[in-house]
Amino acid sequence: MSGSLWLIPILPVIGFLINGLLGSRMPKKAVSFIACGVVAVAFVLSGLAVIELAGMPAGQRYMENRLATWVPPVDAGGGAKGLAVDWLFTLDPLSAVMILIVTGVGLLIHIYSVGYMWEEPGYWRYFTYLNLFMAMMLTLVLGGSFAVMFVGWEGVGLCSYLLIGYFYWKPDCADAGRKAFITNRIGDLAFVIGTLTLFSYFGTLEFRPILHAVTTGQGPQWVLTVVALCLFGGACGKSAQIPLYVWLPDAMAGPTPVSALIHAATMVTAGVYMVCRLAPLYLAAPAALTVMACVGAATALFAATIGLAQDDIKKVLAYSTVSQLGYMFLAAGVGAFSGAIFHLTTHAFFKALLFLGSGAVIHALHHEQDMMKMGGLRKQLPTTYKVFLCGWVAIAGVPLTSGFFSKDEILWKAFQWSPVIWAVGAITAVLTAFYMTRLMGLTFWGKSRMDHHTEQHVHEVGPAMKWPLVILAGLALVGGFLSVPASLWHMPFTLEAWLEPVFNPATYAALGGTTGGAMGGDAAELAGHAEEAGSAAEYGLMLLMSLLAVLTMWFGFNLYDKTPEKAAAFKKRFAGVYNVLKNKYWVDEIYDALVIQNFYRLSRAAHWFDVSVVDGAVHLVRNLTVGFSYLSVFWDTWVVDGLVNLAGRTVRAGSGGLRKLQTGLLQSYASAMVFGLFVLICFYMYVS
Amino acid sequence: MFRGLLSLIAYVPLLGALLILFFPKNAKKGIAWFATAVAGVDFLLSLPLFFQWDTSLAGFDPTTLERHSWIPSIGAQYIFGVDGISMLFVLLTTLLGVVAMLSSWTAITDRVKEYYIFLLLLQTGMLGTFMSLDFFLFYVFWEVMLVPMYFLIGIWGGSNKLYAAIKFFLYTLFGSVLMLLGILAVYFYYGSKTGVSTFDYTQLVTLGADPAFLALSKWVFWAFFIGFAIKVPMFPFHTWLPDAHTEAPTAGSVILAGVLLKMGTYGFVRFNLPMLPEASRIYAPYILGLAVVGIVYGALVAMVQRDWKKLVAYSSVSHLGFCMLGVFALNVNGLNGGILQMLNHGLSTGALFLIVGIVYERRHTRLISEFGGLSKQMPVFATMFLIVTMSSIGLPVLNGFIGEFTILAGAFQIPHDVALHPFGMSVGGRFWAVCGVTGIVLGAAYMLWLYQRTMFGPLDNPENQKLKDCTAREVLYLAPLVACCFWIGLYPKPFFDILDKPVAHLVEQLGPASRGYAELRK
Amino acid sequence: MIPTSHILVFSLALFTIGLIGVLTRRNAIIVMMGIELMLNSANINFIAFSQKLGDLAGQVFSIFTIVVAAGEVAVGLAIIISLYRNKDSINVDDMNIMKG
Repeated sequence: MSGSLWLIPILPVIGFLINGLLGSRMPKKAVSFIACGVVAVAFVLSGLAVIELAGMPAGQRYMENRLATWVPPVDAGGGAKGLAVDWLFTLDPLSAVMILIVTGVGLLIHIYSVGYMWEEPGYWRYFTYLNLFMAMMLTLVLGGSFAVMFVGWEGVGLCSYLLIGYFYWKPDCADAGRKAFITNRIGDLAFVIGTLTLFSYFGTLEFRPILHAVTTGQGPQWVLTVVALCLFGGACGKSAQIPLYVWLPDAMAGPTPVSALIHAATMVTAGVYMVCRLAPLYLAAPAALTVMACVGAATALFAATIGLAQDDIKKVLAYSTVSQLGYMFLAAGVGAFSGAIFHLTTHAFFKALLFLGSGAVIHALHHEQDMMKMGGLRKQLPTTYKVFLCGWVAIAGVPLTSGFFSKDEILWKAFQWSPVIWAVGAITAVLTAFYMTRLMGLTFWGKSRMDHHTEQHVHEVGPAMKWPLVILAGLALVGGFLSVPASLWHMPFTLEAWLEPVFNPATYAALGGTTGGAMGGDAAELAGHAEEAGSAAEYGLMLLMSLLAVLTMWFGFNLYDKTPEKAAAFKKRFAGVYNVLKNKYWVDEIYDALVIQNFYRLSRAAHWFDVSVVDGAVHLVRNLTVGFSYLSVFWDTWVVDGLVNLAGRTVRAGSGGLRKLQTGLLQSYASAMVFGLFVLICFYMYVS
Repeated sequence: MFRGLLSLIAYVPLLGALLILFFPKNAKKGIAWFATAVAGVDFLLSLPLFFQWDTSLAGFDPTTLERHSWIPSIGAQYIFGVDGISMLFVLLTTLLGVVAMLSSWTAITDRVKEYYIFLLLLQTGMLGTFMSLDFFLFYVFWEVMLVPMYFLIGIWGGSNKLYAAIKFFLYTLFGSVLMLLGILAVYFYYGSKTGVSTFDYTQLVTLGADPAFLALSKWVFWAFFIGFAIKVPMFPFHTWLPDAHTEAPTAGSVILAGVLLKMGTYGFVRFNLPMLPEASRIYAPYILGLAVVGIVYGALVAMVQRDWKKLVAYSSVSHLGFCMLGVFALNVNGLNGGILQMLNHGLSTGALFLIVGIVYERRHTRLISEFGGLSKQMPVFATMFLIVTMSSIGLPVLNGFIGEFTILAGAFQIPHDVALHPFGMSVGGRFWAVCGVTGIVLGAAYMLWLYQRTMFGPLDNPENQKLKDCTAREVLYLAPLVACCFWIGLYPKPFFDILDKPVAHLVEQLGPASRGYAELRK
Repeated sequence: MIPTSHILVFSLALFTIGLIGVLTRRNAIIVMMGIELMLNSANINFIAFSQKLGDLAGQVFSIFTIVVAAGEVAVGLAIIISLYRNKDSINVDDMNIMKG
């Protein structure tokens, strides 16, 4: 299998090429079949690869597939290192988790999209982009070096741009797409700087040699810190963290399945994945970890507060995604890398579910996204309501659902690291439970606020959209059992143990030396560590969080289902706060005024400088030359040519007199001749 | 490959131009066909250079090297030869030649005969410049190139064509006169040192290892610098470029951006670095500074252009800044990337100009505000434009990324003591690289803004609602460029293999100048 | 026997008449006639000195001069005729195109 890892990302490329080149001439069914088919095959292949990986001994789970040379190594000589990049695909426990999520959730969303997009113009174009996205996302997670990862990293950015701008004739969509791309590029700026700094110190771009160098203490500390911060900057762009989160809410302009796949389940988690992939580097740069934990916590809380006051159903989910991504970075920042990946996984399930569910609602209401124009849909959309309930309990963290386990793991680690961070996480969790309950209340409970026409045409989803929802609902409920805390139940398999070697610096330090032995020991040590931590504090926190979640949900349910007028009164009472949240703290406006407008000003100034100063200098030279030419014309006309003319005039005046002698008359010449003869004769006679 | 192949490649267009003289003036179609065929034959002739290239060659290919006595009294010889670096540019020139001919079929209806004659003459001039290994010959071809370009802009250009043509001509001529001074200085120095008067590049280049040459080489460096920097064009010598690009006919812009600008960077690589290594090292901080300013400045100015073509022209300033950053990193990665990026720029900016040309031919305006929503009307065009845009902003798997990334890898290896000291600060080393990286954000900003304003949004201008998508001919001439973009992006190995030895040789010629330089500081 | 001096005086008179004719008359034909007179006065001189010196060469020369004069008259008259055709005049004052 290790020789054919490249097949996994290449399969969607095939779908992309077929649909892209021939899609416009193929029936919709064929387009859907190809698009979903290649993803399904990729899913099966991923499964096989992961099964093979699982069969390896715990510390040595690693496959690599060096497909071809991309940038060939060059002979630099003199100690310099030439850039060399191979098409290297690797599979380890971390990327195994990721490819299963990407292909699995991706497949479900592909199938869902068949139903959702059936009526839209450019159906084939949608699936072309979606397949390209799958290819790029798989390249991102399978890439064994920064360069290959960057291919996927930029590729998913491009697909995100294209899919957000899918309805390109709407200016909002086009704007949102561009905003996403450019904001991401700002992150990429940091990413490239980090990558190339690593390259300039370690002379390679492949993860394992770099991590080996880092864990064996090569490279100065400050460089590691700078690199770690730069790479985190890249992650901030891709994973929508403060200060670069602004693109994600706008990205909701794309079709809803796209929001589910790209802007919730997969692409936006790429930053988290990258940070976790480089866990040993971050462990070697504690300052960067601290920054990451703080940024993550701040983003989680900040976005959650905005989510409280949004009326657009997708905007609520978008801010919720930003918030949950903050949670993941919080986890990674406190060193709970497996917690981050665990939450990434469960989040992929329940957030994809919620987005797809909201898609079902939007589809049913003919593209109405404003929750103030919904309400009471529980009866009309029973299936959607049921799956939405599953997503709701999962994200809110009701005990035994997936969100409960993953949040619990993060919060417990955060508590050990710093109670302040834990407190922020806990508040965020409560806020999350509340705004999700509000979303449920405004959408499904209470009385209908729809207009008559819309209400008449509300329709439940078809089978293509239904089954993905049901499967995701199941996963959202039970996905948490992937990694049950050892303090509750000793499971034969936990995600934490599965991922442990990837995050353990010892794995990489041992590279090139003897491998294997050391890892087993470390894994065992970690397991023991987990067991001993099963203290009263852990149970207490678990209980506290469960209680908080359930109480918040109960409160919200009562508020929005039973007494919606109270909710309205509440809103009025805190109108000031509500306004700030409703307007997202005016961050977009502030960015516009501070950054974008100044950037345009700078551009205009540069343009002015170019036209008037640089080109002005050129024109000055021209004008000076022309002026000097005039001067020399003057000199030439009046002085140089004057002298010549003077000579001419003199000759002319002289000849004017002489020409009078030439009468042209024969006889005057003859007379002159005779006279001359006479003179000559006289002369001779006189002289001789 | 055989001896005389290079001359054949260089003079086939000239022969074609002479034959076109015998065509009747009104046989427009015939002339266009014939000129395209000549360019096509030329391209086919140059293909063996690439496909049969011996990648183990560090210097000039001996099987094709031509050397004839020309003007013995001054020591000028007729020497044609290519190494891996110039061979790639010969290929680029012949390829863009075909594309330029094809793109002119319907765009040029006036004075067709003269037009194709000038294009073919230009082709000969450019090929000769890349192939000449004798300074005298080089200078002759360098100047020969100017004349047809001047007429192409001046006769078939846009509304402000005379201004642009004269500005282009005079500006470039000014630079080449200084370059001539430099050439003569080297010529006389070598003559007095060895007693042999020669313009032979292969002999003059040995001066690079002569320590006594250093004092003079500092002056020669700046003489060459002005000549080449104007051609590149580097900030602040770039203002002829937006005018010339904007006013030139499409084919002229393609050749101008694709090949003529490369003459400058090629000149630096061919002459400045190996012949004046010490001076290059000493002045590298200044050049790097200008390159970085060019990257950022070009991008900023491009951001606010209202004219589609002008925007692309300013993007060239930015991209060529990247090339110069790579070249003057003076290490293997930088040079590899810089040279490759020159090719990339030729392909993708050439394609961008073709794309502007396609809509200009239909709408006779280049104002961006006139367009919008063209995706709906011209899907094939939009796809091509998207690919080329992505190539231009350096998206992986397309060519721009490989070039930029390799350049930046080289730039990150610039040691810290290669620094400028404005106001007592020390600005150098990775600073250049970090500033260069901002180019990738700015590039994305202006290109996507352009793409959005022209391709996205509602199709509300009635003029645009009648636009026709690309014709087969237009796809035919865009396709090879796009294909090359993917080729270099996905599998640049052949190109790097060809460049590997010549660049290693170049770094060796930089000698002590690069040794302390390429080393990594911990 | 007429003394040579008489003949020379006669010849001088003839020459003077011819010269005055050439210089003062405006009619081209009369100018020509004046020239003929001057030529013939020269012939008389030849004859006179031939007789005095007893050398026949002088007479040979005078006959030669008469032949040349005949040719000259033929050419001269032809010129005058063509001038007349062009200008409707044989007045020498009208023929001043060489005037500076």
